[in-house]
Amino acid sequence: MANKVEENSLLTTAELEQYYREMLFIRHFEEKCNVAYRQGKAGGYMHVYIGMEALAVAFINSIRKGHDYVITAYRDHAHALMLGTDPVAVMAEIMGRSAGTAGGKGGSMHIYDPKNGFYGGWGIVGGHIPLGAGLAFAAKYRGEDRVTLNFMGDGASNQGVVFETLNMSGLWDLPCLYIVENNEFAMGTRLEYHAADMELWKRGQAFGIRSERIDGMDIIELKKNAQEAIDYVRNEGKPMWLEIMTYRFAGHGAADNDRQLYRTKEEEQKNFERDPVKRLATYLIENKIATVEKLDAIDADTHEQVERIYELADASPFPNKDEVYHNIYSDMTPEVGH
Amino acid sequence: MATSTSHELTFRDAIQKSLYEEMDKNADVFLIGEDIGRYEGTFKVTKGFFPKYGHRRVVDAPITEAGFAGIATGAAMAGLRPVVEFMTMSFSILALDQIINHSAKVHYMTNGEVKCPIVFRGPGGAAKQLSAQHSHSMEGWYAHVPGLKVICPATPADAYGLLKTAIADDNPVIFYENPGLYGVKGLVPDDPNYMVPLGKAQILREGKDISLIGYSRMTQVNLAAAELLAKDGIDAEVVDVRSLLPLDTETIYASVRKTHRAVVVYEDWRSGGFGAEIVSRIQEDCFDSLDAPVGRVGGLNVPMPYARVLELECIPDENDVVAMVRKLDF
Ligand SMILES: Cc1ncc(C[n+]2csc(CCOP(=O)(O)OP(=O)(O)O)c2C)c(N)n1
Ligand SMILES: [Mg+2]
Repeated sequence: MANKVEENSLLTTAELEQYYREMLFIRHFEEKCNVAYRQGKAGGYMHVYIGMEALAVAFINSIRKGHDYVITAYRDHAHALMLGTDPVAVMAEIMGRSAGTAGGKGGSMHIYDPKNGFYGGWGIVGGHIPLGAGLAFAAKYRGEDRVTLNFMGDGASNQGVVFETLNMSGLWDLPCLYIVENNEFAMGTRLEYHAADMELWKRGQAFGIRSERIDGMDIIELKKNAQEAIDYVRNEGKPMWLEIMTYRFAGHGAADNDRQLYRTKEEEQKNFERDPVKRLATYLIENKIATVEKLDAIDADTHEQVERIYELADASPFPNKDEVYHNIYSDMTPEVGH
Repeated sequence: MATSTSHELTFRDAIQKSLYEEMDKNADVFLIGEDIGRYEGTFKVTKGFFPKYGHRRVVDAPITEAGFAGIATGAAMAGLRPVVEFMTMSFSILALDQIINHSAKVHYMTNGEVKCPIVFRGPGGAAKQLSAQHSHSMEGWYAHVPGLKVICPATPADAYGLLKTAIADDNPVIFYENPGLYGVKGLVPDDPNYMVPLGKAQILREGKDISLIGYSRMTQVNLAAAELLAKDGIDAEVVDVRSLLPLDTETIYASVRKTHRAVVVYEDWRSGGFGAEIVSRIQEDCFDSLDAPVGRVGGLNVPMPYARVLELECIPDENDVVAMVRKLDF
């Protein structure tokens, strides 16, 4: 795959503006989630995607939304938003409301929207990787041309079940694209302290799976590479393993309030310069694709959108207590009472 | 559910017949597990399936229980109906995270948006001298988990009819086959539409003096114990629980209220096993009907030993049941 941004990007002005808008929308949404958490309107464990926006935007804009399957871990707001899930329902879920995507039963870590192809939203690190392969298995079994995007973190890529799944994916040619969001940290554990070989991209090779490492901060390059990978999986009917280099700008989760335990401010500053949003802004302005005013307007617009989403979600009711027993099974209730 | 004709089959063949018919009926049903295809299964339950259905629907999986349990769960989330075989239920321990944290919870976590129609089946409990790592009865672990259904048939007809119902169910079902039952024979309906509802216990022998309550192979043990007790003039009723989750307390309670005495029998380790749950429910809800404490007979609390004499010592038999009945004041 190309390492450099091509001078003549294949993306249209409209597409570039759209990605800029989407990345900013995700960023403002996530910032607002942090506000909700500080205000006590969101609880539990909540993980935002700030700094990593280009990944969800590039990959999910390269699939057939609603037809293809997407699955990820708990850092899942952006994936749902990009698939077209009602953002109010996502915010309501984060606030534990009955209007949420799972009626307030899942929370931030468990956003689902199967109608749009989104299968969550999982909290056991690495545990959803075989599920994603199973979605791909079902597509293949039925002779459908669906692709599954199976996202995970760098830390997740150490789990035994990931290797088990890669073996079966290679063995059975499952049409699944594995996307390692390498943000350099698993909670407070830096990559070099958790991976024997930090070149995570190599891990698919042992199973005969095409494997590559690509940059995740330049959306123009990333979009092209994402499209190529998805086309490969769909057309060849084979799995692929990608390591995407990115950086987590915020703490691991909302409860991580001392990032200096595991990284310096200097390191952060250096990495903030890789900011995918700023990078695209610079590109758009330098190439006279958009004016500063235009970009400011998009910023204000997405900001305003998120404010509205927050208000609507916050105005929605909490679940009724009797809902606690709903949907444990499709057809019955377990023994009730304490 | 009335069937005109039936044939004698072993427990194993009844399961086979069930799987054949469900696979023929529904193209979404497929089998996955270790050595189930070319090798025909460790206990030969899937003999003949690979030649008939091929590798697409009879999937020989690598030795990665967690991995293939998870892949099957994902396939179920997408609407297929996998039947997962564990070589023994002891090995399902490696897949507990996929079964409990994923399969059992997806319906709730999606607030009903995603269904997970999957069956996890295999031999559970002691076979013969397979010792400590191949003899687990862990149905009680699974019956502890909201979101799972747990089925433990004791007869060929039930194995046949309950497996069909399990495959048709839209929720994850754990289906226990005690290896000691595979060779047991019984009449099995010919009717391919025969189904036994989940969550219904049955009375296999009527009696008025005491209720012997059990499931899986222990139901056969209870039937033998009832014969011994009859010789001494004790008329035991045998309640075959069949389904641990959902649990048919109605049938259990009705029997206890009639006999006023009960012994609960299970092969699993005595301490904390599912029988303890049944005992607890009986004392909570039938206390006024009881003429004696509820007795409990379980497997010895030891890792299963190899030597036959030691192994037999661990597994409850009819004499242990009779001894417990005696202890309850007869
Ligand atoms: C099985 C399991 N072990 C530990 C945890 C706790 N935990 C949650 S997130 C996390 C770090 C995961 O890092 P990574 O996979 O790189 O994803 P990131 O958070 O960076 O997106 C840990 C250890 C967990 N949720 N599940
Ligand atoms: Mg990480």
